[in-house]
Amino acid sequence: MSATAQAGGIVMDTFPKYLLRNAERFGAQPAMRHKDYGIWQTWTWAQQLGHIRDFALGFQELGLKRGERVGIVGANRPRLYWAMTAVQSLGAIPVPVYADAVAEELAYVLNNSGVRFAIVQDQEQVDKIQSFASEIPHLEYIIFDEPRGLQDYDREGLYDFAAVEQRGVDLRKPDPGLAKAWEDNVRAGSGDDISVMLYTSGTTGRSKGVMIKGSHAVAAAVDTVVFDKLTENDSVLAYLPLAWVGDHYLNYAQGYVSGFCVNCPEGAETVAQDLREIAPTFYFAPPRVFETLLTNVRIRMEDASWLKRWMFNHYVEVARKYGEALLEGRPAPLAGRLAYGIGDFLVYGPLKNVLGLSNIRVAYTAGEAIGQDLFSFFRSLGINLKQLYGQTEAFLYVTAQKDGAVRADTVGPAAPNVDIRISESGEVLFKSPGMFSGYYGMEDKTAEVMTDDGFIKTGDAGFFEKDGQLRIIDRAKDVGKLKSGALFAPKYIENVLKFFPNIKEAVAFGDGEDFASAFINIDLTAVGNWAERNNIAYASYQELAGHPLVYKIIAGHVEETNRRLAREPMMAGAQIKRFLVLHKELDADDGELTRTLKVRRAFVAERYAPLIDALYDGAKEKFIDTEVTYEDGRKGRIRATVKIEDARVHPVEPLREAAE
Amino acid sequence: MNARSQIVAASGDGIKPGELLMDVRNVSLRFGGVKAITDISFDVRKGEIRAIIGPNGAGKTSMLNVINGFYTPQEGVIVFRGVERRAMKPHQAVTQGIARTFQNVALFKGMSTLDNIMAGRSVHMNRGLGWQLLWHGPALREEIEHREKVEEIIDFLEIQHIRKTPVGKLPYGLQKRVELGRALAMEPSLLLLDEPMAGMNLEEKEDMSRFIVDVNQQRGTTICLIEHDMGVVMDLSDRVVVLDYGKKIADGVPEEVKASQAVIDAYLGVAH
Repeated sequence: MSATAQAGGIVMDTFPKYLLRNAERFGAQPAMRHKDYGIWQTWTWAQQLGHIRDFALGFQELGLKRGERVGIVGANRPRLYWAMTAVQSLGAIPVPVYADAVAEELAYVLNNSGVRFAIVQDQEQVDKIQSFASEIPHLEYIIFDEPRGLQDYDREGLYDFAAVEQRGVDLRKPDPGLAKAWEDNVRAGSGDDISVMLYTSGTTGRSKGVMIKGSHAVAAAVDTVVFDKLTENDSVLAYLPLAWVGDHYLNYAQGYVSGFCVNCPEGAETVAQDLREIAPTFYFAPPRVFETLLTNVRIRMEDASWLKRWMFNHYVEVARKYGEALLEGRPAPLAGRLAYGIGDFLVYGPLKNVLGLSNIRVAYTAGEAIGQDLFSFFRSLGINLKQLYGQTEAFLYVTAQKDGAVRADTVGPAAPNVDIRISESGEVLFKSPGMFSGYYGMEDKTAEVMTDDGFIKTGDAGFFEKDGQLRIIDRAKDVGKLKSGALFAPKYIENVLKFFPNIKEAVAFGDGEDFASAFINIDLTAVGNWAERNNIAYASYQELAGHPLVYKIIAGHVEETNRRLAREPMMAGAQIKRFLVLHKELDADDGELTRTLKVRRAFVAERYAPLIDALYDGAKEKFIDTEVTYEDGRKGRIRATVKIEDARVHPVEPLREAAE
Repeated sequence: MNARSQIVAASGDGIKPGELLMDVRNVSLRFGGVKAITDISFDVRKGEIRAIIGPNGAGKTSMLNVINGFYTPQEGVIVFRGVERRAMKPHQAVTQGIARTFQNVALFKGMSTLDNIMAGRSVHMNRGLGWQLLWHGPALREEIEHREKVEEIIDFLEIQHIRKTPVGKLPYGLQKRVELGRALAMEPSLLLLDEPMAGMNLEEKEDMSRFIVDVNQQRGTTICLIEHDMGVVMDLSDRVVVLDYGKKIADGVPEEVKASQAVIDAYLGVAH
C-alpha cells in the first residue's frame, strides 16, 4: 500500500504504533475529552498512552493471549476506546458490539466471535450479558468501566477497569523493563494481524464479523486524512455507535493517524449540547440527524416573533441564492455577497453556533439518500457538507465527494486509491485500500461477495453520471418490476416520501404486482407539533397516526411524490396507487429496522403480510395484531384497525428544468 | 472516573445500620372532630426502606407531615436519632436531617434543574448573605464545593441532559426525579418520599424504583416512603406499615403483610 507511512524506520501499520508516535510528537496535545460531572475532562496523548499501557499490562496478566477476540460493549467512553488500543497492542482483536442491542443479538455476536473477555460500560451491560451467560460458554471475564450498582455482585470473573489498570501500574513500578517490553512489542507488531472485527448491521439476515487487517485499516485512514487535510488541531464529537464502522473509522482510525482530539459526549441525550460546547471541525451525521436539526429549527422559527421569522425566511432565501456559490468559491454578484455577509452576521452565524456547527471544516453524510432541499440548506449556511458512500467491508470509504464538486443525488467519485466497476447486472463492485480480509468463520459468505479478480460486491445497484460521480439507486436485490414491466426501485420511492418532514419512514411494495403501494410512518415531532398548533387532541402515536386529518396531509404528500416520480422517465411507471399510515413506529427492538435504522424489508413484509394483502385487495381498512418488544425484553401486543387510502396518480411528464 | 460517586450520606449520627433511627410512639392527630391518625406506633431502622401503605384517606400523608414537622400531633411523641420531640417546624426537621418529596411535585418551576437541586444544598451553606452577595473568596469556594455535590447527584440520577432546562418545561416523570435530587442534595439521614411513583408510566416507575434502591444501597440513606402501587412497595421495601382509617392494621416484612387477613380485607379487597 503506497499510503502506509513510515516513522523512525518503523512501518506504521497498526494503531498502537500510531499511539507511540502521537505520544512522542503531540504529547501535550489533547487526545481525548469526556464530559464528566458537567466538566470536560481532558487527556493528552502522553496521558492516553499511560492509561492504555497500564491497562494492557494488567489485562495481559489476566491472561489475554494473541489473536483472541475481546468484546467491547458500551457508549462512547474514553476507557472503551483505550481498551480497543490496549487489546490491539497485545495482538488481540477488539470486537465492538452495539450497546443497545437486545440480549439475543448481543449473545449472538459474543458467541459467534468466541470472546473470552468482554469489556463493558456499566451495570446494564453486565446484567444483559449475565442473563444469557449459558449461551456464551467461552465468555469467562467481564471488565466494567462504571462500578455503580455493581458493589453487591458476585465478583467471580467480574473486574473493575480501574483495578485492572492499577494492577498494570503495580506490575510496572518495580519492573522498569516491563513498559519498555510492551512498547517494543507494539513496535514489532504486524499490520497483517487483524486490527478489528466489526459486525455488519444485518440488513440481510444475521450479522457477519468483518475482519479488517491493521495495514488495511491504517492505509485507508491515511488516504482520507490527506484527502480532507485533517491534522492534530482538528476535533470530532464521537457520538456514533462504537460498533459501527463509521465511528471506528472516522473517529478512531482517523484520530490515531492525524492525531486529532476525540470528544466523548456526556450521554446519548446530551449530544446536541455537547456538540455546541465542543464545536468540532470534522463532523459526520446520517441524513436523519440533519433532517431532525432542520425540523427543530423550523418548528422553533414557527413559534418565534414575526420579526425573527421574517429575518430567518429572508436570509435563508438569500443563502439559497448565493450560499453554495460562495462556499465553492464560484463568482457571485457583489450585492449578493453583501446580503450574504449581513445574513451571516444576523442569521447563519448564530444558527450555526446554536447547532454546534460553527467550526465545521468538513462534514459528511451517508447511509441514506439526502433530500436536495435539506442538503442545500446546510451547505448554503456555509457548512462544507459532502456525501460519501461506503460499507463495513470497505472499512467505510468507497466514494467521497471532493470539496467544490458536491451534489445531493450522487455520492461522489471513487475515494483515493479505490477502484470501482459496475457489473453487467448494474451492481457496484469495488477494490479499496481498507478492504476486509473476510467474514469471521464464514468462508462461504466471504466467497459469495468476492469476484474472481478480487473485487467486492456491494449489493447496491448504481451507475456513473457523466461527471464521474456514482449514483446509487437501490439495493440490487430490491430493484424489481411491476407486472407492466415498469422498473420498481422501492428505496427510491421511499426516499422521495421521506423528504417530507411529516414522514419519518416509508416502505414501498410493488415487485410483481399491478401497482406500487406504501406503508408510511409519521414523524411524531413534526406531526405532533402540527396537531398542537391546530388543537388536535391525541392520546397516543396510534391515535395520531390514524387521524383523518393526518391521512389528508399524508395523501397530499403521496400525491406530490407521484408528481415527482412522474417527472423521472425511469420511475414514472411505479407511482403509489394505495397507501396506509402504520399504527406503530417501525423499531429496531422489534427487528423491523437494523441497529443503524435501516428498514428490514423482508421482515416488515412478512410481519405485516395482512396489511400488504389489504393494499392489493381493495379493502378500505384492515385489523392487525402485532407483537412488540419493550426495551427490557418483555413482549406486548398492539392491535389496530388501519385505514387504507387511494392516491392520485399523474401522467408521465417530460422532465422540466424546474426552479427547485 | 467514578471514585467520587462512591459517596455515603454525610450524617455522622453514630447510629449503626439496623439500629433504631426513628421511633413513632402512640401518635394521634385530629383536625377538629376528624381523626386523621389514631394511636399509631412504628419505628424506622437505619439503612432500611420502610413503606407506609393504605387505601385513600388512610392517613399516610398526614403521618409523613407529622414526621417532618408540618403537623403537630395532639398525642404521642417521635424520637428521632435518640432525641424526643413533640412540636417542631419543617425547617427544624431539615436541619435534623429529614428531607422529603411531595405527592404533587413542588419545585421552583422557573428555575433550572441545576438551581433546583442547588437549592437543596442551602441547608449546608455556611456563608452569610454578605459573602454570598460578594461571591468571591470563601463564598465562591463554598459554591464550587456544593456544585460538585450537585453534579454527583445529577450524574447519579442521570439527568445531565436537563441540567440547564427550566423545570416547568420537563415531563412529569423527570420533575419527580429532580425533586428526588433536591431532597438528596440535603444529604438527609431520613428521606421521606410521598408517592414517588404517582402518575408515572411503567418505564418511569421502573426507573424510579431503581433510583430508590440505589439511593438506599449506595448512599446508605434510610428511606420512608408512601406508595399506592402495591407491587412496587412489596418489591422495594424491607418492612411495611399498613394504615386504614388512621389506624395501624399491620406491620412487618412484605411477606407477612401480604398474608395478613386485615390487610387483604382493607386494601386488596375482600373476597366474598
